[in-house]
Amino acid sequence: MMDIKKRQNLQDVVIRFAGDSGDGMQLTGTQFTKTSAVLGNDISTLPDYPAEIRAPAGSLAGVSGYQIHFSSHEIYTPGDAPNVLVAMNPAALKTNLGDIDKGGIVVVNSDAFTDENLKLAGYPSHPLKDGSLSSYRVYEVPITMMTNKAGEDTGLSKKEIERCKNFFALGLVYWMFDRPIDVTIKWIEEKFAKRPQMGEANKKALLAGYHYGETAEIFDVHYHVDRARLSPGKYRHITGNEATALGLVTAAELAGKHLFYASYPITPASDILHELAKLKSFGIKCFQAEDEIAAMGAAIGAAFAGGLAVTGTSGPGLCLKSEAINLAVMTELPVVILDVQRGGPSTGLPTKTEQGDLLQALFGRNGESPVPVIAPATPGDCFNMAYEAFRLAVKYMTPVILLSDGYLANGAEPWLIPDLSKLKAIQVNYWTQKEGFFPYLRDKGTLARPWAIPGTPGLEHRIGGLEKAEVKGNVSYDPLNHERMVHLRAEKVARIAEDIPDLTVHGHSSGELLIVGWGETFGAITVAVDQLRAMGYSVSSAHFRYLNPFPKNTGDVLKRFDKVLVAELNLGQLALLLRGRYLVDCQSLTKVQGKPFAIQEIVNGALKLFPQKMKGAEEGKIWRIEQTQVLNN
Amino acid sequence: MENRTNPGSEQLVSSPMALTRKDFVSDQEVRWCPGCGDYSILAVAQKTLPSLGVPKEKSVFISGIGCSSRFPYYVNTYGFHTIHGRAPAIATGVKAQNPDLQVWVITGDGDGLSIGGNHLIHALRRNVDLKIILFNNRIYGLTKGQYSPTSERGKITKSTPAGSIDYPISPISLAIGAEATFVARAIDTNPAMMTEVLTVAAKHKGSAFVEIYQNCIIFNDDAFKDVYDKSVRIEHSVMLKNGQPIRFGMDGKKGIRMNGIQLEVVEIGKDGITENDLIVHNDSLPDSAYAYLLSRMNVPEFPVPFGVFRRIERPTYEEMMETQLRDSISKKGEGELQKLLNEGDTWMVE
Repeated sequence: MMDIKKRQNLQDVVIRFAGDSGDGMQLTGTQFTKTSAVLGNDISTLPDYPAEIRAPAGSLAGVSGYQIHFSSHEIYTPGDAPNVLVAMNPAALKTNLGDIDKGGIVVVNSDAFTDENLKLAGYPSHPLKDGSLSSYRVYEVPITMMTNKAGEDTGLSKKEIERCKNFFALGLVYWMFDRPIDVTIKWIEEKFAKRPQMGEANKKALLAGYHYGETAEIFDVHYHVDRARLSPGKYRHITGNEATALGLVTAAELAGKHLFYASYPITPASDILHELAKLKSFGIKCFQAEDEIAAMGAAIGAAFAGGLAVTGTSGPGLCLKSEAINLAVMTELPVVILDVQRGGPSTGLPTKTEQGDLLQALFGRNGESPVPVIAPATPGDCFNMAYEAFRLAVKYMTPVILLSDGYLANGAEPWLIPDLSKLKAIQVNYWTQKEGFFPYLRDKGTLARPWAIPGTPGLEHRIGGLEKAEVKGNVSYDPLNHERMVHLRAEKVARIAEDIPDLTVHGHSSGELLIVGWGETFGAITVAVDQLRAMGYSVSSAHFRYLNPFPKNTGDVLKRFDKVLVAELNLGQLALLLRGRYLVDCQSLTKVQGKPFAIQEIVNGALKLFPQKMKGAEEGKIWRIEQTQVLNN
Repeated sequence: MENRTNPGSEQLVSSPMALTRKDFVSDQEVRWCPGCGDYSILAVAQKTLPSLGVPKEKSVFISGIGCSSRFPYYVNTYGFHTIHGRAPAIATGVKAQNPDLQVWVITGDGDGLSIGGNHLIHALRRNVDLKIILFNNRIYGLTKGQYSPTSERGKITKSTPAGSIDYPISPISLAIGAEATFVARAIDTNPAMMTEVLTVAAKHKGSAFVEIYQNCIIFNDDAFKDVYDKSVRIEHSVMLKNGQPIRFGMDGKKGIRMNGIQLEVVEIGKDGITENDLIVHNDSLPDSAYAYLLSRMNVPEFPVPFGVFRRIERPTYEEMMETQLRDSISKKGEGELQKLLNEGDTWMVE
């Protein structure tokens, strides 16, 4: 395309697309993400959509959003405040404007600002006319009208053509940020191969949006973000759920087995079921169970029969599975339980993120029930931790809980594709020796019991949920035996600490403040620490990917700092554990809004612990403004 | 990647086939109450298992919770005493993982119909090749005598001092409604009948559901007295025999006839009724309506039917699961993981 307008370079940009849940905003966002990824930017995304499939059109409840942060340097979060908002209707404008950077760009579909839609969004006066948007750079674009015009000779109905308006918006934003359209054109051609008319209309809308940006008089400049300098290798764009699915398949392959995946549909874990159900040529058995309990039960059954079994769910499902998880604890069978956490309690916030299930994962079962718990730190890390969950489950003959969450599950980032030949095999050794076999004999190092599976002659034996006699495994109600077994099960899980990496510190290894996190908060905490350090504060961070057992140097790390601040998306669950385990006076920084931490929230939380240097708070603010100013002039 | 099959799957032939009852007796002391009907069911199972041609390492008994669910401890095969009501779900996982195993589910009226009703329904409708044996004693025994989903209305128990106000469920009706491909009933006091029913159930390909009337001597003694006591058995029970008219009573004088869309008891020789008027039992009708009608027969209006109510052929769940995997592999070739990881839009960073 001819480039006659001014092009300005930026280091990073945050865009949020927002519209009705039927407007295709998730699709628009993922297309923009893919294009930016292929272009070589670092990316981080945050989809945000309502639980209702189609809330009433134009209503505030029905607004669906997708935020993408793309940059020419390494980034860790989807960004705090978007620099650009694309609002497809008044409701989208109203629900999102508060997050947008003052001075940022707001593109609105002016055709959607009808009296009816304004009323639905609860606007007392017309926001495009009453001056309320004066601190933003607003571009009113008649997106619906121009989409209709672009598609008028496709032979489709007006209603069908109008559905392409998200592609017009996408095309326009592609032009604004100097992105090529070919990745999306290719996607449209594949997606609509069987409905070429629809494909044509979408393509025309995309091109019309692009050309509009180029030729319309309203945009005087467009922006360019260079490719990022990532580690060399082959990359793809990946969400946490995709990475989890691939990690599970990879673990099975590296164990020389086929995967058995049992699940009951639940948001936000269902995508993993969908991903794995497609992979039949990998010999993966997917079982959609009648309920959460049956999914856990079938996974236990498959593990008993020698399979690499996993069940996937979210918090409410984890509640239902708890009794069966304990059966796996008692029978010491290797099962992976994946909990993609969402806002709770009860049905809670199905599509929003939270880290509220940590204590449930550790303690939400009757009796002394030790279960290893691990959590990925980024969408791509879901791959590593899914593999790790199986490695631990099989090696220690234990159920393992893998705690992902809604943000990791749906968030995306560039992913350096691993080289399979460099990954370690997972050793699966079924017991076959008849001599000296007892079901509860233990490996001296790991304390794992033998995996003796049905079909093996001479090893017929019975297991179950009743307490087991040590070694022999018969039912035993002997008081001292019970005590020994309770200790043995605890000791087995505790020994895993010897087999996992130490807790590493980002920043100085000692100092005034350590910010501690686990799971999805990794990105926000890391960037916050970098910013605080740049301001001259003695701040470091440590991130837990292993929550039970904790890495064995945890106590040492915590004690090297004057203060410890635990940032988590719950009311202080990890803080409670660390205080109890290490007698360290941890402070809590918590958030339960169904959203990840903004970097600034962590910076501010940390600054409160430095009262004598309150000036720093101002500096922090200034720092952020500088970062975004480039866009605003 | 090397061995992807389960060890043992190729060892079927090498196992000694001349098994006896003793091979299926475990070293565990049986701990049911003296006089419990479970003893005779266990004895029949241990006697029948050697005749099925399945090596004992390929037999798996899976149970839930309750008196009956202690069963696996006493059978020297692979066994799994699981949690309350979930045995069908766990068994589904076992069978789906390794279709080569013969998988039995031992459950009771509380375990299978109350807390585990959902799993039972779905295991049956999926036609997972499980042999599900439900011991029906119409009471909770292990928790010491509360009413169960099959207890009759008005039953006085510890939890229903004024009488139960629940309507009972018929396990056979439920199984038929849940699309079970094999449905039968036997009673603990008739070992020959149990042997016959368990043998055909074991040979059925698909989910086989067998209800066994079982007497709980402590909390619900004589629960089946009005059906199978020697003094009433001839009039109050009927053995279903495929291809034969449904006849019962002294000298087989009574029979079951279709009247409109209902069954009725008739007497041969009375009002000109002959054997030709009687229903000829056919357990393999594609439609389950007839089997369902049989399942509603109960004393005092009807004799209680025993034997096979329904037996039809359908592909099993695990079979279809394996077929889909095979089809996918023959269509796309065996999945290549590195290729899968590399899928989608990729780019190189130098």
